[in-house]
Amino acid sequence: MGAPVHVAGTGVISAIGNTTMECFAALKQHVSGIAPLTSLNSIHKGVLPVGEVKLSNEQLAENVGVDKTLNRTALLGIHAAKEAIAHAEFDIHRWRTGFISATTVGGMDKSEIFFPPFLVDPTQGKLRDVIYHGCGATTDLITAALGITGFTSTINTACSSSVNSIMLGARLIQHGILDVVVAGGTDALTVFTLNGFKSLMILDDNLCRPFDASRTGLNLGEGAGFVVLVSDKVLEEEYLESLAIVSGFANTNDAFHQTASSPDGRGSFAAMQQALTMADLLPSEIDYINLHGTGTQNNDLSEGTAIKRLFGDAYPALSSTKSMTGHTLGACGGIETVFSVLALQHQCVFPNLRFEQAIPEVGIIPQKKFESIAVRHAMSNSFGFGGNCSSIIFSQGR
Amino acid sequence: MKAYIKGIGNISPQQTWGYNNFLDPPLEYHRNDLMAVEPDYSQWINPQQLRRMSRVIKMGVTSALMALKDAELEKPDAIITGTGYGCVQDTTSFLTKITDFNEQALNPTPFIQSTHNTIGSQIALLLQCHGYNQTYVHGAFSFEHALLDALMSLQENSAQSILVGGVDELTQISHAIHTRFDKYRREVKSTLTLFDAAEAGTVAGEGAAYFVLSGKDDTQTKACIHAVDTLFQPVQETLLAWIESFVRDRINIPFEDIDLVLLGKSGDEKADKQIDLMAKTYFPGASLGVYKHLCGEHSVSSSFALALATEILLSQHIPEPVIHKAVSRPIRNVLIYNPYFYQHHSLIFLTECHDIK
Amino acid sequence: MADLKVQIIEALNLKHLKPEDIGDDQPLFVEGLGLDSIDALELIVLLQQKHNTKIANAQDGPTIFKSVRTMAQYIQDHKSS
Repeated sequence: MGAPVHVAGTGVISAIGNTTMECFAALKQHVSGIAPLTSLNSIHKGVLPVGEVKLSNEQLAENVGVDKTLNRTALLGIHAAKEAIAHAEFDIHRWRTGFISATTVGGMDKSEIFFPPFLVDPTQGKLRDVIYHGCGATTDLITAALGITGFTSTINTACSSSVNSIMLGARLIQHGILDVVVAGGTDALTVFTLNGFKSLMILDDNLCRPFDASRTGLNLGEGAGFVVLVSDKVLEEEYLESLAIVSGFANTNDAFHQTASSPDGRGSFAAMQQALTMADLLPSEIDYINLHGTGTQNNDLSEGTAIKRLFGDAYPALSSTKSMTGHTLGACGGIETVFSVLALQHQCVFPNLRFEQAIPEVGIIPQKKFESIAVRHAMSNSFGFGGNCSSIIFSQGR
Repeated sequence: MKAYIKGIGNISPQQTWGYNNFLDPPLEYHRNDLMAVEPDYSQWINPQQLRRMSRVIKMGVTSALMALKDAELEKPDAIITGTGYGCVQDTTSFLTKITDFNEQALNPTPFIQSTHNTIGSQIALLLQCHGYNQTYVHGAFSFEHALLDALMSLQENSAQSILVGGVDELTQISHAIHTRFDKYRREVKSTLTLFDAAEAGTVAGEGAAYFVLSGKDDTQTKACIHAVDTLFQPVQETLLAWIESFVRDRINIPFEDIDLVLLGKSGDEKADKQIDLMAKTYFPGASLGVYKHLCGEHSVSSSFALALATEILLSQHIPEPVIHKAVSRPIRNVLIYNPYFYQHHSLIFLTECHDIK
Repeated sequence: MADLKVQIIEALNLKHLKPEDIGDDQPLFVEGLGLDSIDALELIVLLQQKHNTKIANAQDGPTIFKSVRTMAQYIQDHKSS
């Protein structure tokens, strides 16, 4: 690992809260934000359980002072990124500041409005609904709202996207290209993804049960999570508190199948192992793992097998907070990074709701309740379609 | 930061694979949507894997395989992809099915293949490449950021050889939508005379270009990439200051040492005027080249330009259709300036095989 | 079963195969035709769209889609009228 990169601010919005502190309170009180779908114009409304952010587009826009017609992915991103910047409490514009987002749907919520009339007649459909369709265009809406004019990028490696965005942010600082990077990810619930995962038959019709023997699938969610990453120099000159240090990370590919993970979790194993190597840590030094833990048969078995191989029977406290937020796709790495930083800040670990019986093949028992323990190093896993596996380690700030 | 180009695979609206003479003759189009000249994919990918792939995935995977073959490399350490719009065909196909079948009994394949990282992950799957795998999806910065990541990775020594590419497809639906934004010429007499007419609008294109990059220089080296930078939505003054500072501070050579500037002129009169003025101000003694009338305008047209620049450095010959202004002198240092609809601007600097002379 | 084979080839885009290349009892997955979990999902959609036959649990796929014969049998047994 090169020069230290610090987390100086966090911002998050998810089904369990609109701010970092609201989410922290919910994590502490075992509150699940997953409930039958209310917001989308879909046949699954009122039926499929999802983790919706409880604010409407109008409320989100009003909170952050932007146009309410922006796509929801951008609105969620602005909400969380603004919180992270405010939390860091310094003028980011004094520095070479970049912004890196991750998203899988971009402006899809608006494209879904554009498309049906367009299909009937290609001269129809409002252009303003499709202009920000691209993932990058959605990011540009966020940077415009934040007033960031420096390096801006967007990553889409499916569900591992936002860990990769935080990794890139850390590397740009280590290379001396940027001083400050606001990095994370954002994804809104859309009819597109809901039906996509439905067609894959991996949505649980009930509340998801990550790492449980009886698990039958995931619940989708939405939200955004961003962190403000800074160099040592910025930390010192701005008198900032280091909430956590980015101590190791890795991005690997399972290269097993387009959607399925390998049974032995070779991609996730390599990601965790390489992250440990970069952090110069032994598996036994990790105190908490925020699991990818989607609740699908395949992911949890594969991830569990990889953890068992790497950590043995002395695996650390671990939990899937997706049991509360739902699976927020391109945002999950950002949201769970914030949760991992919270674990370090408040010396605690979070519950994995609805767990009853361990997956027989691996026998891993996740953390069942909120608990105060010593957390020096926390690992967060994010794996995606296409075999993309990313793992990142945060260590206690100084 | 330095990256040596070892292999190229380029699928574009020109015959940029399996050619005898590069861009000779060039392909001429009389329309505003330039589709790629596609190879027989079954020569590259087995039918079992091919059957689910949409055009953009086939183009991407095949150009990646071409680059590896060119570099005589079996497997890279990392795969980094840039794509502005990703798998458009699969995305619109799934959207259409959601509407047509009222969200019921939907085929999963287009959804699975719709995500932007499908191209990079299919390459990984085919090569059994377990290394770093990344996909940038930031409009016309997608390829540039992939390149920047590759340069950083080589410097970090986290990879010895990297497959890096830009891929974007043109579909009927995406073309229809972009056309409504008034981006394209209504009538195109000939793409080869695109810059002769003083008209608004450009022509749409598509393509896939992958490069094998390495941190080591050897006899396999085709060209050396030194720097890449991007700038978003600048005013003219900022734009010029940025170009100046890139040459002066980043690559740190006198302006007059740049032998060739590849200009991303698009055929849009107003945009092109600014580009011409910039070239005249900063690079009066250099050869000037153009390329978007050959590959069409798309999010990763800079990847076509990089392949073109490499060919020129290797052959020391600027193909006829590329010449905007020719100066007779050896070509050692090439600058690519790629603007995209006023919003995205990028610079890539590369030199002939060995270090700057 | 011949019709079903045509439908399978079309649904899974198995252009390199002809209906007669698929044996009635030939395993469809892995060692047989080399199909995978995505194909299983596509076959579920095929049964639903073309045969009005529903499979609620993707886990049942491997048994039902063992061969063309088992598929045809399942359709016959479960056709909702």
